[in-house]
Amino acid sequence: MSSPAAAPLDLLYSETEEELRTAVRSLLAARCDSAAVLARIEGAEPHDPELWRVLAAGIGAAGLLVPEKLGGQGAGHREAAVVLEELGRAAAPAPYLTSSVLATEILLGCESAESADLLRELAAGRRICVPALPLTLAPGAPLPAPVRDSGAGSLSGSVGSVADAVCADVLLVLADTGLYAVPADAAGVSRTPLVALDLTRPLATVHLDGAAGTRLADPATARAAIAGALLSGAGLLASEQLGIAEWCLTETVAYLRTRHQFNRPLGSFQAIKHRLARLWLDVASARAAARAAADALATGAADAPLTVAVAQAYCSGVAVRAAEECVQLHGGIGMTWEHPAHLYLKRAKADSLALGTAGHHRGLVADFAELAAP
Amino acid sequence: MTAAAPTADRLLARVRELLAAHPPATTGRAAFLSARFDAGLAWVHYPEGLGGLGAPRSLQAVVDAELEAAGAPDNDPRRIGIGLGMAAPTILAYGTEEQKRRFLRPLWLGEEVWCQLFSEPGAGSDLAALGTRAVRDGEDDGDWVVDGQKVWTSSAHTARWAILIARTDPALPKHQGITYFLCDMTAPGVEVRPLRQITGEAEFNEVFLTGVRIPDAHRLGEVGQGWAVARTTLMNERVSIGGMRIPREGGMIAPVAAAWRERPELRTPDLHQRLLELWVEAEVARLTGERLRQQLAQGQPGPEGSGMKLTFARLNQEISGLEVELLGEEGLLYEDWTLRRPEIVDFTGRDAGYRYLRAKGNSIEGGTSEILLNIVAERVLGLPAEPRDDKDLAWKDLAR
Ligand SMILES: Cc1cc2nc3c(=O)[nH]c(=O)nc-3n(C[C@H](O)[C@H](O)[C@H](O)COP(=O)(O)OP(=O)(O)OC[C@H]3O[C@@H](n4cnc5c(N)ncnc54)[C@H](O)[C@@H]3O)c2cc1C
Repeated sequence: MSSPAAAPLDLLYSETEEELRTAVRSLLAARCDSAAVLARIEGAEPHDPELWRVLAAGIGAAGLLVPEKLGGQGAGHREAAVVLEELGRAAAPAPYLTSSVLATEILLGCESAESADLLRELAAGRRICVPALPLTLAPGAPLPAPVRDSGAGSLSGSVGSVADAVCADVLLVLADTGLYAVPADAAGVSRTPLVALDLTRPLATVHLDGAAGTRLADPATARAAIAGALLSGAGLLASEQLGIAEWCLTETVAYLRTRHQFNRPLGSFQAIKHRLARLWLDVASARAAARAAADALATGAADAPLTVAVAQAYCSGVAVRAAEECVQLHGGIGMTWEHPAHLYLKRAKADSLALGTAGHHRGLVADFAELAAP
Repeated sequence: MTAAAPTADRLLARVRELLAAHPPATTGRAAFLSARFDAGLAWVHYPEGLGGLGAPRSLQAVVDAELEAAGAPDNDPRRIGIGLGMAAPTILAYGTEEQKRRFLRPLWLGEEVWCQLFSEPGAGSDLAALGTRAVRDGEDDGDWVVDGQKVWTSSAHTARWAILIARTDPALPKHQGITYFLCDMTAPGVEVRPLRQITGEAEFNEVFLTGVRIPDAHRLGEVGQGWAVARTTLMNERVSIGGMRIPREGGMIAPVAAAWRERPELRTPDLHQRLLELWVEAEVARLTGERLRQQLAQGQPGPEGSGMKLTFARLNQEISGLEVELLGEEGLLYEDWTLRRPEIVDFTGRDAGYRYLRAKGNSIEGGTSEILLNIVAERVLGLPAEPRDDKDLAWKDLAR
């Protein structure tokens, strides 16, 4: 096989990563339990600004991918992946994937003074910045037609299914003349919230009608930066999917150990035990795949694109399966609005479309591993 | 165990000394393996004098890699897998000093092949139900006389020794009346009959035991404690699979991917989708095995180990099934149905048809997938056991 050789990967968690996990998990336990998430998504504002302030600035999670000289933590993808695992486990409505991963990676790829300024703001948790791109945009797929620049940075056009646009302070807009940072409250910008399948990652259509922004990069740089960001985003999304799957498995096992029918705990029936054992196997494998992607991104491994594609092709399905099993094995309770299982099902299903479907990523695997289509 | 466990550096230095004193290019295979055993580099976690140095088990990989790089001969683990993976750790854990000295060295050198006389026609998954009897001839240290039938015994036709479990007290509940023995396969009364399997060859056997005399010195562990000893064997049987390191696209997926690349005329969109799915799963299984190895190296054995055999069995079956289909007309053919008696147990060799058929055994041998799923559910996930009524009944009163 002539695809790049497998690099030795570190698939474990370091002590610092476990400390970070503990901090994020206790914050989420305090501010973002499932009752709180349900209450918020039913209200007007799914995001919790106070939660974000502590996560982004207090814990410093927003700046994990940002170098220290730009005010970040100078950590990396392995740490960001741990944060995403915990956010997945809580189905937390926080703009981490969009602002702290995708927008951050795009800005890092721009290497301009303006993008550096914005990165400082993002890393400090002072502003939320999201790419004005559809959440389904996948690495390796053609970029959508850019917004039109009618001259002198006056931008017009619209983009659908933009995740977390509703809580963004700044939108990163790909225009035919380059990449622009457009304040979300600027004249000529409007955001129309959409009714999303996943209530915990709100979507909106972004309309620009002669909006003005700051130019961050020329078109070629912008496209390369977006391509890099999509790769990182897809790789780290696998960790969010792992977190979702873990929550679903843990909750379902706990429930079936105590729920009695036929004068026995349901978890003592072999038909149930085997389903859960298989799910556990899938989750254990998803952890290895997600860790591999995070580590390959962190070290800039030559075969990172393949490792990311493998992780996405695998973890998407595991998260959906885990959430589906969670609903089914909770019986009637699993179908209720009150029980949080549906939050995870919706997040898992939406995640399986985000940043490329499993099928799309298998297509990428075919390219990297030289297994050409017929 | 030695006082200070050797470090990776010290082990590497020892390997280099061994290689310098016995250059693989000019040293005979047996001589090299002997010297390696005496240097404590056979299985580094074993005690000194028994082929080890009391080092952490994880360091074996360091030694193996260095020896392999130097082109040193190995002891052909595929031929002596049962001895290495199962008999040796059990003898180490339960054997007397004399038994360890007698058996471990020739086992490791590959001079003596071992087989496992556990399964019986009436006791497979429910192994503790076994009925082969061992009765003492005379008083306390008299010989044991064994009668019964074992089945599915891999390598019995090449084995010099067997690990054997037999019932020594039928009046006790089934787990309590069992004793563990080391059985001489050349003893009078041991009869091995080939059992032809679905691949056409006879890799396993029926073994009939008729008045076989086993000296008490070849009993392993206490009388009636055989089940605890057998559990050590079974646990080692399962972990011996997870720790292997394979390259990307190693194992069963390799020949399918190669056929796909070399023979474009075989490709269809449906096969492409399925191949990619399995390629991804094989890569994820490789990474999961790698993660397990890294956990073990850090001394934090994760529960992932219990799952690796399940995954390998399923993937081997799905991948080899796809391979037969991919080959089209050629998939209709089979290389050779001659009854052979192979010396090694070969999971991946020969042609696609063989791989397809042999892989069927992967979910049966060494504990079926159903039994392993039970183990994961109960020991890893903590789910309750199914109600059972055979635990306290005397073996002789069980339904059969
Ligand atoms: C290639 C090969 C090599 C082997 N080599 C050896 C060897 O060297 N030495 C040796 O001692 N043995 C050997 N075996 C035997 C092997 O360990 C047994 O076949 C195995 O443990 C299953 O026992 P069984 O065949 O009696 O099946 P059974 O126990 O009769 O099982 C039949 C089916 O029922 C299922 N089943 C059984 N119990 C349960 C349960 N509680 N819940 C759900 N499903 C259940 C099983 O999974 C299986 O699908 C070998 C087997 C094979 C295939």
